[in-house]
Amino acid sequence: MRIGVFICQCGTNIAGTVDTRAVAKKAMEFPDVVFAVDYMYTCSEPGQKEIQDAISSHRLQGVVVAACSPRMHEPTFRRAVKKAGINPYMFEQANIREHCSWIGTDREANTRKAIDMVRMSVEKLRRNQALFSTQVAVNKRVLVIGGGVAGIQAALDCSDGGLEVVMVEREPSIGGKMAKLDKTFPTIDCSSCILGPKMVDVAQKENIRLYAYSEVEAISGYIGNFKVDIRKKATYVDWNACTGCGECTQKCPSKKAFDHFNEGLGATTAINIPFPQAIPKKARIDSDYCRYLTGGKCRVCEKICPVKAIRFDMKDEIVTEEVGAIIVASGYDLFDARVYGEYGGGRYPDVISAMQYERILSASGPYGGHIRRPSDGREPKEIVFISCVGSRDISVDRPYCSGICCMYIAKQAIMTRDHIPDSNCYVSYMDIRAPGKGYDEFIRRAQEEYGVKYIRGRVGRIYPRGDRLVVQGADTLLGVQVEIEADLVVLATGVECSAGARPLAEKLRISYDQHGFYMESHPKLRPVETNTAGVFLAGVCQGPKDIPASVGQGSAAASKVQALFSRDTIETDPQVAHVNENMCIGCGKCEQVCPFGAIRMKTLRDGSRKSEVLETVCQGCGLCNATCPNKAIQLRHSTDDQILAEINTLFD
Amino acid sequence: MQRPHVLQIQKTCDQEFIKRVERESGQQVSKCYQCGNCGASCGYTFDFDFPVNQIMRLVQLGQKETVLGSRSIWLCANCQACTTRCPCNIEVARVMEALRIMSVAEGVVSKKNILLFYDEFLELVRRYGRVFETGLVARYNIKALKPFTDADLGPQVLMKGKLALKPHKIKGLKAIEEIFKRFESHRGK
Repeated sequence: MRIGVFICQCGTNIAGTVDTRAVAKKAMEFPDVVFAVDYMYTCSEPGQKEIQDAISSHRLQGVVVAACSPRMHEPTFRRAVKKAGINPYMFEQANIREHCSWIGTDREANTRKAIDMVRMSVEKLRRNQALFSTQVAVNKRVLVIGGGVAGIQAALDCSDGGLEVVMVEREPSIGGKMAKLDKTFPTIDCSSCILGPKMVDVAQKENIRLYAYSEVEAISGYIGNFKVDIRKKATYVDWNACTGCGECTQKCPSKKAFDHFNEGLGATTAINIPFPQAIPKKARIDSDYCRYLTGGKCRVCEKICPVKAIRFDMKDEIVTEEVGAIIVASGYDLFDARVYGEYGGGRYPDVISAMQYERILSASGPYGGHIRRPSDGREPKEIVFISCVGSRDISVDRPYCSGICCMYIAKQAIMTRDHIPDSNCYVSYMDIRAPGKGYDEFIRRAQEEYGVKYIRGRVGRIYPRGDRLVVQGADTLLGVQVEIEADLVVLATGVECSAGARPLAEKLRISYDQHGFYMESHPKLRPVETNTAGVFLAGVCQGPKDIPASVGQGSAAASKVQALFSRDTIETDPQVAHVNENMCIGCGKCEQVCPFGAIRMKTLRDGSRKSEVLETVCQGCGLCNATCPNKAIQLRHSTDDQILAEINTLFD
Repeated sequence: MQRPHVLQIQKTCDQEFIKRVERESGQQVSKCYQCGNCGASCGYTFDFDFPVNQIMRLVQLGQKETVLGSRSIWLCANCQACTTRCPCNIEVARVMEALRIMSVAEGVVSKKNILLFYDEFLELVRRYGRVFETGLVARYNIKALKPFTDADLGPQVLMKGKLALKPHKIKGLKAIEEIFKRFESHRGK
């Protein structure tokens, strides 16, 4: 084999602490190496040209580039050598930047290490084989997990592009958190008025199949060909028959059911439709409160229902859908303010969360849009908003900024002053984060036009005095303590990952950060991709963000799916496991350890059992290779021979 | 302590002081983002010359003279409300404690009577193993040259049995004495 070695200086990134010229000179002594050179930026256009020229002038059969991490530029160099007529797998990249030049300052030691790393790569390349990828067909259907505004936008964009969409929503209706909001900042337009039409679109588009009150149970397969098991949770109502007339909800005698949509303010009936604009507008029985399901007697709804849709014997059902790509828009939860004992959330009825206040403000809310205190129904005159409850607080493990609270507090304070002109609104804040378009102007309006009093300092504690609450805080600008007697206290609870985020990530095989938000492929340049091919992200499941940003990500994820589906086939990675049947003893250990279900056992005509790799499912992790007692199963491009050759050359 | 009119930060910022406070309190003061919760929760903010968050700010800016000469560090009751509520997990009360120790070492305690009180308090602890309040009040008032301070309260508390007339010794006085000796030899070094 004729091998060429190219040492990248990466400006001073590598050349600063590695003598690249010396590495190139030494490389000429390695077996099969016929050409070696160092270059300023090997990844640049002229740098790639240098490789291609050397391939033709020195008749190279393999190329080693010692440069940055293969995660950065392996695709670049593989493409470059392929263009010059070499199989892209006759290429090796030694990472002498992240693994060498960046981590030590001793130039001599670094140079020695770089030489060793190049030597290892040469030894591996000498045992490389040309590999060829195959093409697999793409199933042009997309699964959208989550029916909040991000998921809705993604689904509608995909649908507009002519794709078939499967949407799975955990709650009985789509709409997510946005459906609960009264108004949206910074324009104060009605949330359900702008979201409603999009929700209706989802219901009416013929190429969107909606599974509401359903959850993703299991996912198998790979980009282009996923298989998804969806659990349709029992609603005890046949949704094909239910017309959403609401007769049952009028007559249901169990009227104390927890009202999830209204955040537990007020109660609803055991059989209910969550809110008037619900999509799908179908009734569901809350089995925790239904008199028949808990006590065995009642069945009033069954008698009332004009279309006989009630099915008390309904069970959860699993359906399977096949899709080619997945958009995850699974949303978020809000911080539980009860963690702050000193604020008395959950203890004092008039200390409420901002989402509860949003429901109080809403015309479809528990008080018909009139602002009242939950304790005695009185109209509050003094209202205190406390920001950063469960945000920017490492003592409760929420060091990040939720990014939306400053804005929604301003909105709620403005709405309050609008509803009750003789009320006083106070906002206790640490810093105001309003970097969006028109956002800071909105905060100014709250202060200048609506006279909302902003007090810079955190609140220490809240305690009752008579039928009011004393809010004891600080004004750090004055350097004094502040005391406000409030009728109502609204806690701006922060954003946290959805309770189901981590288990869902494991099903999807995508990674999440320490707070449970899903990891994008690159924080700047690949914001809606994951490291699992074919799985994309949209909305707050990736990190706190507001409605415009969620909608933007929904559209971005949809466009990624459209780009993927614009091809009929996709190339598979040939770096997968391969069985040498002569050596396979059919023990089946590889089948047991494979995390992707990519190995199955087959019986040959002579009756012997052999393992077989499903090449499109295999992700090339190498577990089978390490497990196989006979070394019959080998990971292509990282075979035992290759790895041992790399190690052996270190000790020669 | 006088609030500086113009903070000439390049002249007055003492980096060594910041490091010393951090070392002696075991707290990283740069973690404080000035939310004000310590000042909001403190029971003595009304009498402080600098609320706690401003003390933290002064330390962040290395204002050694202002901090060590402040009243606040001596009025702090070490109730630890600041520590409990700090969202940054800073043990603010330990910072205050470190500042008091440094203030004594530097000889810049804002009022000498404060130190007198501490000394008398510890002297009685050394002698009896616990505080003898009546004795403490008497000794402190006499040495502070204001013998009749709070004298009108005397009869009331005596009637309620809140003050003992004779000191009460504990059993492990030897051990107490050893603690004091250990401290003294430690300080000698």
